[in-house]
Amino acid sequence: MNVMDTRATSAMLYLDGVHVSFDGFHAINNLSLTLEPGEMRAIIGPNGAGKTTMMDIITGKTKPDEGTVLFDGVTDLTRLDETRIAELGIGRKFQKPTVFESQTVQDNLLLALNVDHSVRGTLFWRGSRDEAERIDRVLETIRLTEARNRLAGSLSHGQKQWLEIGMLLAQDPKLLLVDEPVAGMTDVETHLTAELLKEINKTHTVVVVEHDMTFVRELGVKVTCLHEGTVLAEGTIDQVSSNERVIEVYLGR
Amino acid sequence: MTPHMLTRSLDRSATIFLAVVAACGILIPLSNLLLPAGSFLQVPTYLVALWGKYVCYAILALSIDLIWGYCGILSLGHGAFFALGGYAMGMYLMRQIGTRGVYGNPVLPDFMVFLNYSKLPWTWYGFDMFWFAALMVLVVPGLLAFCFGWLAFRSRVTGVYLSIITQAMTYALLLAFFRNDFGFGGNNGLTDFKDILGFNVQAEGTRAALFALSCLALIAGFLICRAIVSSKLGKVLIAVRDAESRTRFLGYRVESYKLFVFTVSACMAGVAGALYVPQVGIINPSEFAPGNSIEAVIWVAVGGRGTLVGAALGAVVVNYAKTFFTSGVLAPYWLFMLGALFILVTLLLPKGIVGTFNAWWDSSKEKRAATMASAAAEDGVAEPKMAE
Ligand SMILES: Nc1ncnc2c1ncn2[C@@H]1O[C@H](COP(=O)(O)OP(=O)(O)OP(=O)(O)O)[C@@H](O)[C@H]1O
Ligand SMILES: [Mg+2]
Repeated sequence: MNVMDTRATSAMLYLDGVHVSFDGFHAINNLSLTLEPGEMRAIIGPNGAGKTTMMDIITGKTKPDEGTVLFDGVTDLTRLDETRIAELGIGRKFQKPTVFESQTVQDNLLLALNVDHSVRGTLFWRGSRDEAERIDRVLETIRLTEARNRLAGSLSHGQKQWLEIGMLLAQDPKLLLVDEPVAGMTDVETHLTAELLKEINKTHTVVVVEHDMTFVRELGVKVTCLHEGTVLAEGTIDQVSSNERVIEVYLGR
Repeated sequence: MTPHMLTRSLDRSATIFLAVVAACGILIPLSNLLLPAGSFLQVPTYLVALWGKYVCYAILALSIDLIWGYCGILSLGHGAFFALGGYAMGMYLMRQIGTRGVYGNPVLPDFMVFLNYSKLPWTWYGFDMFWFAALMVLVVPGLLAFCFGWLAFRSRVTGVYLSIITQAMTYALLLAFFRNDFGFGGNNGLTDFKDILGFNVQAEGTRAALFALSCLALIAGFLICRAIVSSKLGKVLIAVRDAESRTRFLGYRVESYKLFVFTVSACMAGVAGALYVPQVGIINPSEFAPGNSIEAVIWVAVGGRGTLVGAALGAVVVNYAKTFFTSGVLAPYWLFMLGALFILVTLLLPKGIVGTFNAWWDSSKEKRAATMASAAAEDGVAEPKMAE
């Protein structure tokens, strides 16, 4: 790293030589990945490849044993906790949709809005027109306007997935990590989600993890295939899906 | 639809609750003081004191519901904050005794003279002034909760581990306060109080006033809790309760939120203890007993966790039952009955009395709304379609 240059890299996200092991099991092995600002990247790979663990590392849930994780070229994410990383502008949708089930759809979005998150700020919070409009817009985008007053727990699986994407929109982070967004969705819903993510990608950097190859193909972005915690192949969907190793470990079953 | 009804029904139960407490706070003291003793409607003084005790327990239950019902922090040591508030008040009452004690020492309470203290320990400084004692009622429990919470929440101690260390905390305080050399009266505690702000603590008027004040404190505590849980902060607390780590990933500093409610809750428990002591006339280390804290959690579970009104109701109902059963032949079995009650409520009424009632009320309302809607549909009125 050049001492004179404060920005070590132009990348939005830069992982290099990352290792994580759980009780001797190497979940992530020498993982390196670079994401340019404004890029959307699809990550594929067999179960247990370490895709979710990679997101855990980026969002501060898991601390790597070794390696560099830089955000926006300057910030070392390995030193920060989840809250701080979220404040910096990294948002995440979980593999298992995690919304606040006992609260309404619109309260879920309200909680996600990137406004003052301090104790004092929320205690004395008064809704503003601007916030209400932002929530309305997100509701429209995720097609849940009619369900705004329903409890999130009563939504269908697909709707929960969308609500969580909506929470990401409300959070408006610089980098979105989206783990298996179309699991449990119908073909139509899957298609709409692909459209939505492409729309989001116009203004945000996005990482999408997904097993659904039709969906990945529809995204039409650079693909990285992980296997046993390391990058197996990287390139266009056609390059990756014709790679022999990828066929062997992932596609060709 | 549903949540709107929920808030409305909560508002309804909140209004009823406030009206009932206010009515009790006014009518009971008036009846006690103005009606001739022995008349049918006159509330005898011993009942005023007993019910005053229940009201204090209701405040303690509210404070537990605030953290457990809304933020998922199950404290099994809240009796410690209650007892500390009680001790702060007790120390003021001790210093009011002055030369009227058995040994007639103007500064040292009797137990200190008995234990050959030559001067007042520094921990007792200032407690001859009411404002200072009143401040300590809030500061001591609040500060302990803040320090305890700071350590526990920052190291992310949660769930059953947190419950266990809260038990350990109150147990440690129990042992400390039992010691004579700790300087707070040892196992006898503090008692033989004479007066409070110049009024005789035994006098009917004082008791009636203390009862009214307790009701006022319950109302204030309830309003504070309501304000907290219905603010956006309340939504964050529920988010922490339901999905703590998710809340972190949205950029909330979960430990600060927990610390805030835990401290507020401890201060409330302290106030409850401070009002309790002059009404029962004694405070001793047994108030720190771990069992007391567990009992208080049972009140909340019985009344309905996360409803506030239920917590207060549970405290009154269970304590009324306790008074009833422990004064008869069933006395030796009270603890078994309490345990059985807890198990029954957990199995049959997991939402507690008020939670179950609210759920029933909402569903019956929804049914009525549904019948009305279908009737309207038959009349040819188009229904807005729900998003699927
Ligand atoms: N906290 C943990 N403790 C122990 N092992 C873990 C932990 N987190 C992940 N693992 C293990 O690490 C490996 C990688 O898991 P990960 O969830 O990242 O896989 P994935 O690529 O997301 O798989 P999937 O497609 O099934 O979601 C798995 O074998 C998993 O069991
Ligand atoms: Mg995964």
